[in-house]
Amino acid sequence: MTAQASRQQEESAPRVEAIAAALVGGSRPSRPSPLSSSISFGWRALLKIKHVPEQLADVTLFPVIMTLLFTFLFGGAIAGSVDSYIAYIAPGVLVQSVLFITMYSASTLRTDIDRGVFDRFRSLPIWRPSPLIGMLLGDAVRYSLGAAVTAAVCLLIGWRPEGGFLGVLAGVGVVLTFAFGLGWLWLFFGLILRTPGSVTAVSTIVLMPVLFGSNIFVDPSTMPGWLQGWVEINPVSDLVTTTRAFMNGTPVGPELGVTLAWSAGLVAVFGSLTMWRYRNPR
Amino acid sequence: MAGLAIETEGLVKVYGDTRAVDGIDLAIPRGGVHGFLGPNGAGKTTAIRMLATLILPDAGRARVLDHDVVREADAVRSLMSLTGQFASVDEDLTGRENLRLIARLYGYRGAAATRRADQLLEAFGLADAADRQVKKYSGGMRRRIDIAASLVVSPELLFLDEPTTGLDPRARNEVWDIIRALVNHGTTVMLTTQYLDEADQLADRISVIDRGRIIAEGTSSELKASVGSGTLHVRVMRRDDRDAARAILTRELGVGFDTTHDPQALVAGLDDRSGVTRALTALEDARIDLAQFALGQPTLDEVFLSLTGHAAEPGDEGEAAA
Repeated sequence: MTAQASRQQEESAPRVEAIAAALVGGSRPSRPSPLSSSISFGWRALLKIKHVPEQLADVTLFPVIMTLLFTFLFGGAIAGSVDSYIAYIAPGVLVQSVLFITMYSASTLRTDIDRGVFDRFRSLPIWRPSPLIGMLLGDAVRYSLGAAVTAAVCLLIGWRPEGGFLGVLAGVGVVLTFAFGLGWLWLFFGLILRTPGSVTAVSTIVLMPVLFGSNIFVDPSTMPGWLQGWVEINPVSDLVTTTRAFMNGTPVGPELGVTLAWSAGLVAVFGSLTMWRYRNPR
Repeated sequence: MAGLAIETEGLVKVYGDTRAVDGIDLAIPRGGVHGFLGPNGAGKTTAIRMLATLILPDAGRARVLDHDVVREADAVRSLMSLTGQFASVDEDLTGRENLRLIARLYGYRGAAATRRADQLLEAFGLADAADRQVKKYSGGMRRRIDIAASLVVSPELLFLDEPTTGLDPRARNEVWDIIRALVNHGTTVMLTTQYLDEADQLADRISVIDRGRIIAEGTSSELKASVGSGTLHVRVMRRDDRDAARAILTRELGVGFDTTHDPQALVAGLDDRSGVTRALTALEDARIDLAQFALGQPTLDEVFLSLTGHAAEPGDEGEAAA
C-alpha cells in the first residue's frame, strides 16, 4: 500500500501549462564549441562511471592480475629472478594493461547504439565527432586509472624506475596517446559490427597478436626470424621501447617518433572511417 | 512565408533485398500533427530516420523546414528534434543529468543548463524522480523524459516515433496531452504510430504507409469516407446462422459481407444506408437472433483493411531499428 502510494506520488502527471511555458522559455543559446561539446560527452562518460562503478573492475582488478601473473610466471624463467626482470617487464605490463582496456570502448559504443541514445546525439546540431571524442576522453580517465594501478602494483613488488616520477609520467603519456589512436580502431569496429559480443570477439582477435607478438615480455633476439620480423614492424614494440626508455631513464630513441606517427595514423585512418560510417550507419 | 514542414520526392532506402522505403512523396504543411500510420515493418521508422538526418537516402530527395536533409543536414538538426522508438536518453544517467547533458550540448552553460533541466523536469512531472537513473523509471516516465529531452530547445518540428507503444492507457493519455500542448504552441509534430485510434485522436492529416509506399493520404474523415459512408456490423447469436444471415443481408443491401475471425460476425461497408431497416426486418422474419446490429462510421482498422487487403495488426516486436 505504502509502496503504491509513493509510486503514485513519484509519477505525478505532466502539467500542460508548465510544458507550454517551458516551450516558450526554450530560447536558444549560441552553439557550443567542438571542445565544449566533446567535454560534455566526457562528463557523461564520468557520470556513467559514477553510476555503474562495476565497470571499473576491468581497469583495477585486471591490471593487478596481469602484473602479478606475468611477473611471477615469467620472471624466474626469463631473467632468473623477479627482481631483475621487473625493470624490463613493468613498463611492458603497463602498456599491455592499458591497451587491453581500450578494447572495451568498442562494446560501450555498440551498447549505446543499440539502446538508441546515439540516435539522439546524432540528431543534435553539434560538432559531429564530439560524442565519440567525448567517449574516448572519458576512457582516458579509465586508462589513467589502469596505468596508475599497474604502476602501483609494480612498485609494491619491487619496481624502482630509474626515470623517476617524471619518467614514469612521460611513459604513461605516450601510452595514453597511442591508446587514443587505437581507440578509433575500436570505435570503427563498434560501428560496423552488430552485437557487443562480436565486437569483443573481433577486438580480441586483433589485439592478441599485437600484444603478445611484441617485446613486452621477452627480448625478441630469442625468437625465430619470422617472428622477429613481426615484432619489428609491430607498433606496440616501438611503444614499449619508448615507454621503457622513459621509465628506466635511458635515452629515448627514434621509436618515440614511430609511436607518435602510428598514433596520428590511426586517428587519421580509423577516425575518418569511423566518421564516414557514423554519418550513415547500416 | 515559410515553406512546407516536410517535402519529399521519390525517397528510397534499400536494405539488401528489402526496399524499406520505396519512393515516398510527401508535402506536409507546417503546424498540427501529421500521422504516419502503418503496421510493423511498413517503413515508418526508416522514413523518419532519413528525415531526421540519421541515415542517408539511397534515392530521391527530402527537405525538412526548407533545408535539404543531405546537403544541409546541420541546419535541419538545429530546427528539429527526434524522440526515437527506443529510449533516446542514457538509461544509466539520472533524469536531471540527461537533460543537463542535452542542455549543455545546445550551448547552455553550468547553472543555466541546470535551470533549464529543472524547469522541464517540473513541467513533465518528473521533479521527484529527477535524481533517479532513467532505467528505474516506469514506461510512461521514460517516454516523458524522452520527449522532455527533445524540447530542451523548442523545436519547430518534432518527430515522435511510436510515442505510446507499450504504454498503459493512463500514460498514453498523458503523452497525448503533451502532444496537444506542443501543437497549441505551434510546433509541427510528425508522429508514427501503428495504433489507428491514436492517429484518429491526434493527427490532422494521415499518411497510410504499407511496404515502403504511401497508399493513402488525407484527414481521418476523408480516409473513412473512402471506404463508404458507414459500416454495418452484424453479430448473430448462433454461429450456424451466419451463412443464412449473410445471404439475407447481401440480398437486401446489395453489398458483399465479409467474415472476420469472429465466427458469429459479419461486416460490410455501405454506400447507402437506406436498406438497413428493411434488412433488419428480414433477419427478424427469418428468426435469426442477433447479438449486435450496428451501423457506424468505419474505423481506421477497416480503412486499413480495405486499403491494404490485410489487417493492421500491431505485432509484439518493434520495427527494425534500421
